[in-house]
Amino acid sequence: MSTVAAETQAAAPKVAKMNVVQAVNLALDDAMAADSTVIVFGEDVGDKEEGGVCGVTKGLSTKYGDARVRSTPISEQAIVGAAIGAAIAGMRPVAEIMLMNFTAVAMDMIANHAAKLRFMSGGQTQVPLVIRTMTGAGMGSGGQHSDYLEAWFAHVPGIKVVAPSNPADAYGLMLSCIEDDDPCLFIEHLVSYWAPGTPPTRGVRVPIGKANVVLAGSDVTLISYSGMMTPCAAVAAKLAAEGIKVELIDLRTISPWDTATVLASVAKTGRAVVVHEAVRNFGVGAEIAATLHERLFGTLKAPVQRIGSAYCAVPFSKPLETAFMPSQAQIEAAVRKTLG
Amino acid sequence: MNTSTLPSRAVLVDMYRKATLIKQNDERFRSVIKSGKLAMVYYSPRGQEIIPSAMSVNLSNDDYIVTIYRGIHDMLAKGVPVKQLWAELGGRATGTCKGKGGAMHVTHPASGVMVTTGIVGASLPIANGLALAAQLRGEKRVAVAYFGDGASNIGAFHEALNMASVWKLPVVFVCQNNAYGEHTKLAYSTAVPNIAIRAVSYQMPGITVDGNDPLAMYQVAKEAVERARSGGGPTLIEAKTFRFFGHVLGDTDSYMDKGEKAAAMARDPVPLYRAWLISAGHATEQELAGIEAGFEQEIDEALAFTLASPFPDVAELRRDVFKQEIAA
Repeated sequence: MSTVAAETQAAAPKVAKMNVVQAVNLALDDAMAADSTVIVFGEDVGDKEEGGVCGVTKGLSTKYGDARVRSTPISEQAIVGAAIGAAIAGMRPVAEIMLMNFTAVAMDMIANHAAKLRFMSGGQTQVPLVIRTMTGAGMGSGGQHSDYLEAWFAHVPGIKVVAPSNPADAYGLMLSCIEDDDPCLFIEHLVSYWAPGTPPTRGVRVPIGKANVVLAGSDVTLISYSGMMTPCAAVAAKLAAEGIKVELIDLRTISPWDTATVLASVAKTGRAVVVHEAVRNFGVGAEIAATLHERLFGTLKAPVQRIGSAYCAVPFSKPLETAFMPSQAQIEAAVRKTLG
Repeated sequence: MNTSTLPSRAVLVDMYRKATLIKQNDERFRSVIKSGKLAMVYYSPRGQEIIPSAMSVNLSNDDYIVTIYRGIHDMLAKGVPVKQLWAELGGRATGTCKGKGGAMHVTHPASGVMVTTGIVGASLPIANGLALAAQLRGEKRVAVAYFGDGASNIGAFHEALNMASVWKLPVVFVCQNNAYGEHTKLAYSTAVPNIAIRAVSYQMPGITVDGNDPLAMYQVAKEAVERARSGGGPTLIEAKTFRFFGHVLGDTDSYMDKGEKAAAMARDPVPLYRAWLISAGHATEQELAGIEAGFEQEIDEALAFTLASPFPDVAELRRDVFKQEIAA
C-alpha cells in the first residue's frame, strides 16, 4: 500500500497523478451528474459501508443519495437481476460484483439473461448495464478471490468485456460502458488499484473495442491487457535496449476485440506473443492466436506464443502464487522465441 | 366461491374472457403441434388459466410482468396479441420477437411482458429490477414475477424476496403451485407444504389461495397489487392449481397420480367459472358463447397468419446480438 501514501504526498494540483480507484470513482461521479438514470448498487457501495471495500464508490451515496447509490445484501443473483430489470426499464445501472469469482454466483443472470435478452426479444428490449468487478493474483487471496475469468464472458455472445490497465483508460472506458446500450463487464485489476498514473482528461471516452498501441515497433507484437501490461512494458523496455523493437498493444477490450489493430500490427511484424493472467488453457490468447494463424499464416515468421497462468487454482503460498502467474522472464523468453 | 367482495360484472366477464382465451388457445396449440403443422417444445398451462386472468384484471399495460417457460397463459392474460404470439411460436419473422425467442422467450413490451425466462427462479430477481426502476422514478407501476412451486427451492427466489422486502419494492411474487416441479411431486422436493410460509422469513405478506377460484384469486391479487402500488412493498402469493398436461407436452405423465389428475380435470376451472357466471346472473350463455366464437375466429386467423408468414432471414443471426449489427 506504499503507493497510496506516495499518491497522497504527490497530490499537488498541477501534476496530480491519479490511480484507478480515483479514476473509476470520477467516471461514476461524472456519469451520475450527467444522467439521472445512472444508478450504482452492490455490496458495501454506500458511504455508510465505507463506499466499497476498496473505496471505489466513496462519496457517491453522500452526493447522489441512498436511492441511487445503495448497498445490497450479499446476493449476487439478486444484484445482477435487479440491474437487468432496471436496465430493461430504461435505467443505466452500474452493479458491482465485488470480486470476479463471485460472478460465478450470478452467472445465470449474466450469461442467460443480460447477454441474451436483446437477441431473444428480437431487439425489443436492451440491457444497458455495467457490471464492475475486481480481481488479480499476487495478494495471497488464494483460489476463490483472484481469478481472471474474462474468457468465460467473452465466450457468451451479447456481452462486452473490457479490462483497462491504467487510470485514464479506466475512466474513459467506464464512461463508454455506462453510455453503451449493451451489457458490459468491467474488469478492474485489484493489485494495481493504487498505482499512480496519468490522470484522464475529464469527459474523454475511450471507445469500446479499440486497442491502444502503447509502443510502436517493427520486430514483434506483444499483446496484453489489464495487470499484465506492466510486466509486458518492462520486457519491451528491456529489449529496446538491445535494439529489439517491440510493438506493445493494450487490448483494453476483450470482447469484441480489436482484430483490425492487432492484425495490422502482426502483418507488419510477423511475430506475436499474447500475455494474460488468466490460465493459458482455452484463454483469450487461444482465440487471438487462432485468429492470427487463420488470417496471417503465410506471413508469420514464427508461431504465435501464448503466456498465461499455470493450469491450477490460484495458490495461496507466496512462492507458489508467484510461480503461478506469468513472469517477466517468461514473457521475455516467449518474445525471444519468436525471434528465433 | 367467496362472493363477499364481488368485483364488477365487467371485471368478472373480463376475467372469463382472459381465461377462455387461454384455454381455447392452448387446446388449439396442442392440436396444431400434434398435427405437425408447427413444431415446438410446449409447456401447456392448461388448468392454470384463472391465476393470470385474476392478476391481469388488476394490472394495466404499464405494469410489468416477468414470466417463465410455462407462461403462455400469463402472456395472453396480460394482452400479448394472439397473432404475433402464434407467429413467434411458429418461428416466423412476424412473431413478437421475429421468431428469435420462441415460446420460452416471448417479449412484448407494449403489453408489459418484459422477459420470459426458461431458467427456473430467474423471473424474480429481474422483476425486482423492473420494480426498482418504477420506484426510483416515482411511477406507480407494479412488477409481477410468475414462477412455479419448483422455483421456491432455488436460491434466486430467496435472494429476490429478501431484496424486495429490504427495499420495499413494488413487486408481486406469484407462485403458481401446480403440485409438480417438472416430474417431482411437491412433497418430495419441498420442505414446506405451503410455499407462502416462506414469506415469513422475508417479513412480507404470504398468502395461500385457491388459484382456480376466480373470486378468491381476484381478491388476493387486488390486495397485493394495491399494496405494491401504494408503496406497501412486496407480497408472495401462492396460488394452488394443477397442470393438466404434464411438464412438457408429450411426456407420459407416469409420475402423476392418475386419480389426482382425473379429479383435477373434473374440476376444470374455466367451465366451472363459466357455469357460475351464468347461474349467478353475471353473464348470459349467449354472451359467453359470443366471446368464445370470437376467439375461435381470432385463433383461426392467427394460425393462418403464422403459416403464411415468412421465416426470419438468416441475417438475423448477426442482428440483436449487440445494438450494432455484427459485420457479415
